[in-house]
Amino acid sequence: MSSVVIETHKLNGFYGDAKVLFDIDFRLNEGEVVGVLGANGAGKSSFLKAISGLMKVEPGMITLRGEAIGGSEPGEIVRKGIAMVPEGRRLFPSMTVEENLKMGAFAGRKGRWDINSVYAQFPILKEKRNVPSTSLSGGQQQMVAIGRALMSNPDVLMCDEISLGLAPVVIKDIYDSLPNIVSEGMSVVIIEQDVMVAQRCSQRLYCLQEGRVSLEGASEALTRDQISQAYFGI
Amino acid sequence: MIETITQGILLGGLYCIFALGLSLMFGVMRLTNIALGDQIIISGFIAIGIASVLQLNIVLIGLALLPCAYVSGYLFQRAVLNPTLSRDPVPSLVVTFGLSIVIQNVLQELFSANPRSLDSGGLNTQSIDLGGGFVIGVLPLIIFATAIACTFGLQMLFSKTSTGRSFRAVSDDREIAELMGLSAKKVYATATGIAFCLIAIAGLFQSMRTTISPADGPSLLLFAFEAVIIGGMGSFWGTFAGALILGITQQIGFMFDPAWGIWFGHLVFIIILFIKPNGLFPKTKG
Amino acid sequence: MNAKVVTNTANSKVGISIAVLAVMIAAALPYWGNPYWMYEFVNIACFFIFAMMWNLLAGYGGMVSVGQQAFFGIGGYTMLALGNLAGVNPFIAIPLAAILAAILAYPLSKLAFRLQGGYFAIGTWVISEVVRLTVANIEMVGGGAGTSLTAFRGVSRTFRQYTTYWIALGCVVATIALIYIFLRSKQGLALQAIRDSEVAAESQGVDVQKMKLAVYIVAAFGCGLAGALYFVSNLRISPDAAFSVNWTAFGIFIVMIGGIGRIEGPIIGTILFWAINHYFSDFGTWYLIGLGVLAILMTLFAKEGIAGLLHKHFGWDVLTTKRIFKAS
Repeated sequence: MSSVVIETHKLNGFYGDAKVLFDIDFRLNEGEVVGVLGANGAGKSSFLKAISGLMKVEPGMITLRGEAIGGSEPGEIVRKGIAMVPEGRRLFPSMTVEENLKMGAFAGRKGRWDINSVYAQFPILKEKRNVPSTSLSGGQQQMVAIGRALMSNPDVLMCDEISLGLAPVVIKDIYDSLPNIVSEGMSVVIIEQDVMVAQRCSQRLYCLQEGRVSLEGASEALTRDQISQAYFGI
Repeated sequence: MIETITQGILLGGLYCIFALGLSLMFGVMRLTNIALGDQIIISGFIAIGIASVLQLNIVLIGLALLPCAYVSGYLFQRAVLNPTLSRDPVPSLVVTFGLSIVIQNVLQELFSANPRSLDSGGLNTQSIDLGGGFVIGVLPLIIFATAIACTFGLQMLFSKTSTGRSFRAVSDDREIAELMGLSAKKVYATATGIAFCLIAIAGLFQSMRTTISPADGPSLLLFAFEAVIIGGMGSFWGTFAGALILGITQQIGFMFDPAWGIWFGHLVFIIILFIKPNGLFPKTKG
Repeated sequence: MNAKVVTNTANSKVGISIAVLAVMIAAALPYWGNPYWMYEFVNIACFFIFAMMWNLLAGYGGMVSVGQQAFFGIGGYTMLALGNLAGVNPFIAIPLAAILAAILAYPLSKLAFRLQGGYFAIGTWVISEVVRLTVANIEMVGGGAGTSLTAFRGVSRTFRQYTTYWIALGCVVATIALIYIFLRSKQGLALQAIRDSEVAAESQGVDVQKMKLAVYIVAAFGCGLAGALYFVSNLRISPDAAFSVNWTAFGIFIVMIGGIGRIEGPIIGTILFWAINHYFSDFGTWYLIGLGVLAILMTLFAKEGIAGLLHKHFGWDVLTTKRIFKAS
């Protein structure tokens, strides 16, 4: 069995006074692609925020290779090797494509990914390297957001709703690039609303419902009915 | 008339240095430093104090002040301003406004209300004769050249360096910038450190060019602010142009009637705010 | 489940009863106190009204103005011009001056509202400077040196003092009562919604710009009223005194010490300010340094002010504008 990269232990999270995450136990193994499914407001994005340091939680609730990292500063967590592709892409609007990508390298981790390998992965970005990021199409912006996260050479890549607002053909292109990205042992967490996409791309799935894990299992083994019950609660 | 306009342009150079400090902090962290004018004045008094005790060359004083200004700006941001930053503008405005009043009264207590100036070693009386009785002072020319250098330097810093990228990143989206491994607090502190360097330069020049007194700060803040708004926020060359326009307007006003010079500058600011709320040279969005 | 909205807590009922009694005793002050107390009360009343307006603007409307002295000065000068030049009784000129300040606030808002946040603050300051410089160049009202209110010639000193005092007391009570009623009205709730989230309030059908304009105009009226009252009592006016940024500085001090965004904040702040002013104002610069440092420290370490601390530690809400949703 491969080694565990990220684990959460009874993860509880709050937005101000409102509790949004309840006792979540989650595991991500090395080289694995794990999907996290759930409806709007099920707590998917809160879950990623807790891991990436944007939501403050108890240290022991999240471990990275056994080390407690819960509640660390976001910058600290990137330097430890967890990078995020945020929901809605959130590129820096005042910057060009290349400047956005360079921002990803701020954490200073060395490895396979640099500006050239990102361009090799997404050739269209090289063409548009000096274009303001705001003038790109949605799919191209998503490539920049993924490329920016890769620039920090993470061990774990977390993608928050990368298919949101994109055309199906574009979604397919982006997900088709995943195998090449993860080929060297990188682990990936994919947050999705789209059940089909998540099931096809991942090895294991977690379903969240009202801030709790309602289902987990190997993606291939889960049936439609199981997922829709865990997803909608019906 | 040409002489008046030239004077105005040169005066605008000084206003530009005032304005860059304000614009830099606002641009990076949306913080309005109401104590800017008073910080310029206190820098002038510090320079006067050093000069009277150590009898140093004016250039050496300037060079000694810059690192001190950077460090004090950095620490001031970390210790005082960072905790006030939030969606709510009240805390940072009250703190900088309170600081403005404290600085004015501390200076008043230490130096009394009498105006003083920094001995520039004769620089302020030297001038270049351009022929036909057209004379330009050496000091205003140096100030103007410094203003161009500062504007150019800031522009380059922002567009070409990784420090500049980090400024833009936290200004664009603080949360994502932190996800990239930046510490917004440190980036803010760096920006304020640089802004304090500009403030120190401004204080040095202001106290050499004319006399300064403890209550002068607020009017300098207003000139800096007017230059920023006239030029249009978000572009340093716009601020430079705004400062020149303000300088020229005030000089023309002074020419007609000394009592109305400043008023005339304010009026032009108000007209421009009314007809072009985004300034004359707004930054065009990508 | 039964539920009701409670707007009055038991505490606040006691508070109002005490306040009514206090006003009655205060109204009789001319018959039991000495004239200097009346003079001091009028001055403090002006600071108080000014602070209430600044609290309304910044604490509820989210507009931090450093230029409210513009309306204070306009109020003072309008009262003086009506009295000295038009022969209007200065007491009658007080409300007229406040109305003119409110009217002028409309065109000035067109300028100020083009700026946001901190730049709004400095923008209002520029506007106030423009008004000051303009007034300083009008010789009819004394130019830069200022002038004296001469319209009271022939009026007995006692009558003038008593009337000024009662007007000031009336203005203080009216300011508290009207702001209290306003904040509990539908519009007042809308205003507090804007403060919490402009976008959310707008999506609920609140016309944000209109509400802000209304608050700006009301604040101008109040500051104009304070200015007119102040110079009726002090008789001598100059541009530097009437348009001094110190008015706003003291207003901010009172609000931040007392508690911003709470109606009882400026009341507590004014009492404290009066005490500090009474005992320490002779120290001049040190007094001002102390006020500045205190305001900074309060902002950094106790942003809710004294009223907020009382509320947090003892649950005191003297004049609550909150609607408490109680299940029963």
